[in-house]
Amino acid sequence: MERKEWTDKRYKTANREAWLGVGLVIFNFIWWFGFAYGLGNKSPESYNYILGFPAWFFFSCILGFIVMMILTILVVKFFFKDISLEEEE
Amino acid sequence: MNWEAVLPLFIFISLVFIVGIWAGKFVSRSDSFLQEYFLGGRSLGGFILAMTLVTTYGSASSFLSGPGTAYNEGLGWVLLSMTQLATGYFVLMVLGKRFAIVTRKYKAVTIVDFLKERYQSKWVVLLSAASILIFLFSAMSAQWIGGARLVQSLTGIPYFTALCIFSFAVLVYVVVGGFRAVAITDGIQGIIMFLGTLVLLVAVIIAGGGVSQIMSDLAAENPNLLTPFGSDGSLTPAYVSSFWVLVGVGVVALPQIAVRAMSYKNAKALHRGIIISTFVVGFIMLNMHLIGVFGRTVLPGIEIGDTVMPELAQAVLPGWAAGIVLAAPMAAIMTTVNSLLLMVSSTIVKDVYLNYVRPDAGDKTIRRWSMSATALIGIIVVFMSLQPPDLIIWLNLFSMGGLEAAFIWPIILGLYWRRGTKHGAIASMLTGVISYIIFETFYPQPFGMHSVVTSMLLALAAYISGSVLSEKEIIKK
Repeated sequence: MERKEWTDKRYKTANREAWLGVGLVIFNFIWWFGFAYGLGNKSPESYNYILGFPAWFFFSCILGFIVMMILTILVVKFFFKDISLEEEE
Repeated sequence: MNWEAVLPLFIFISLVFIVGIWAGKFVSRSDSFLQEYFLGGRSLGGFILAMTLVTTYGSASSFLSGPGTAYNEGLGWVLLSMTQLATGYFVLMVLGKRFAIVTRKYKAVTIVDFLKERYQSKWVVLLSAASILIFLFSAMSAQWIGGARLVQSLTGIPYFTALCIFSFAVLVYVVVGGFRAVAITDGIQGIIMFLGTLVLLVAVIIAGGGVSQIMSDLAAENPNLLTPFGSDGSLTPAYVSSFWVLVGVGVVALPQIAVRAMSYKNAKALHRGIIISTFVVGFIMLNMHLIGVFGRTVLPGIEIGDTVMPELAQAVLPGWAAGIVLAAPMAAIMTTVNSLLLMVSSTIVKDVYLNYVRPDAGDKTIRRWSMSATALIGIIVVFMSLQPPDLIIWLNLFSMGGLEAAFIWPIILGLYWRRGTKHGAIASMLTGVISYIIFETFYPQPFGMHSVVTSMLLALAAYISGSVLSEKEIIKK
């Protein structure tokens, strides 16, 4: 019972976009982890503060959110293609 | 009763109710009842797609217990909550266009439909329908009880009356309006959740005397509140990071979330949906949990975590504004409950009844059955919420991780890996659910991580070995 479910030219585009999602999440994780435990792993008395927040928190969570927002917009605008999703027949 | 705060809440509930009923007119107009009722006719635009995704995911825990835990643990818990940012883009990107294309080819309306067509196996269907019914039913009951308790604590109405008001508001429009009513009301409630978060954040910062002041107050009380490690230093990097799996990427496998990835109209709607949902989920999660932390200096000494957010709103805002802000957790609960209700009903009607009991049912029968099944499930949940059985409470603890461990590989690898077979899928579902329940009960946090991580890895091994082994057998024959 072959229904052409595995052969479709549009999968090439779709697969690439899925991998971009995986790439974003890996980048997101590294950013989040690196700043949180890189800057936060010391005694709280020696923390630096940015806009009132401890630096680790500012970079990891607040700036991290802004950076991911910008990256998501860029990825969608420049790499995502507007293709038809309907059945072709 | 605090009328100033109660009135906005009731106006909000009535508004949702009216819009939901209005959306119901699409159901009577549609020529394909099943597609319309359980999937909104695959016609969602980007904004509604993003809102229904975020609000279905964001539940009582994002607005009540989450901020409550952040209140006790400090910034470390906000760090943990930010693992949920990934859900905004990851679900829609990874299931993405391939899922949209394949489910259109299969003419699938539910997640179980997709699995049925992909694996062509009765056992896959029955196992997945059973997992959905068991886990989502209990998850729904828990949220339902939360909703009634919230109405009770805000208005002072007795629990039973509160339960009736809450149930009536949700049940009627879901029953008559189906998926589209759920999605459109999710849109309105998403806006309320967003605005509620914004208003409360600003008010709490002002009440606390600015961020710097709040941080130095926290440091004076317990410096650990400012570290990523929690108030007693017990949040380890491995444990916090494992939430990337439970509430980040794993969310892709929750059926009530994944079904939304087949409901949008076209690629443009998907693109807009990704951007909007990332923004909304990040904004709500970051700020709601920050509110919890800030609240510690504004209103110290709150003992029950779930009451932190309502008490803060009533303390720092004028009565009418508190009413509007408190509509946000109400909305979070209603939007989760309505999707779960429809998900459970679609599983019973579409996946079990139409597949195995009455495959030849006509449109009229299907219509009658879908609506009455939805109503009946709702009523059963209401009765169970009067005196929740221990079994429901116990099952709810496993609901999220259990569903993720069951479905992640059958969905993802079923979509992208051609060699995956039904044997792999069945092995993966059984291994995932059973190992998860065993780990959670007897050996929580293997390797210092949330047990969902280990169960997912075991389920992956089961999927691959099950598929490869059965493939050889088929070739031998």
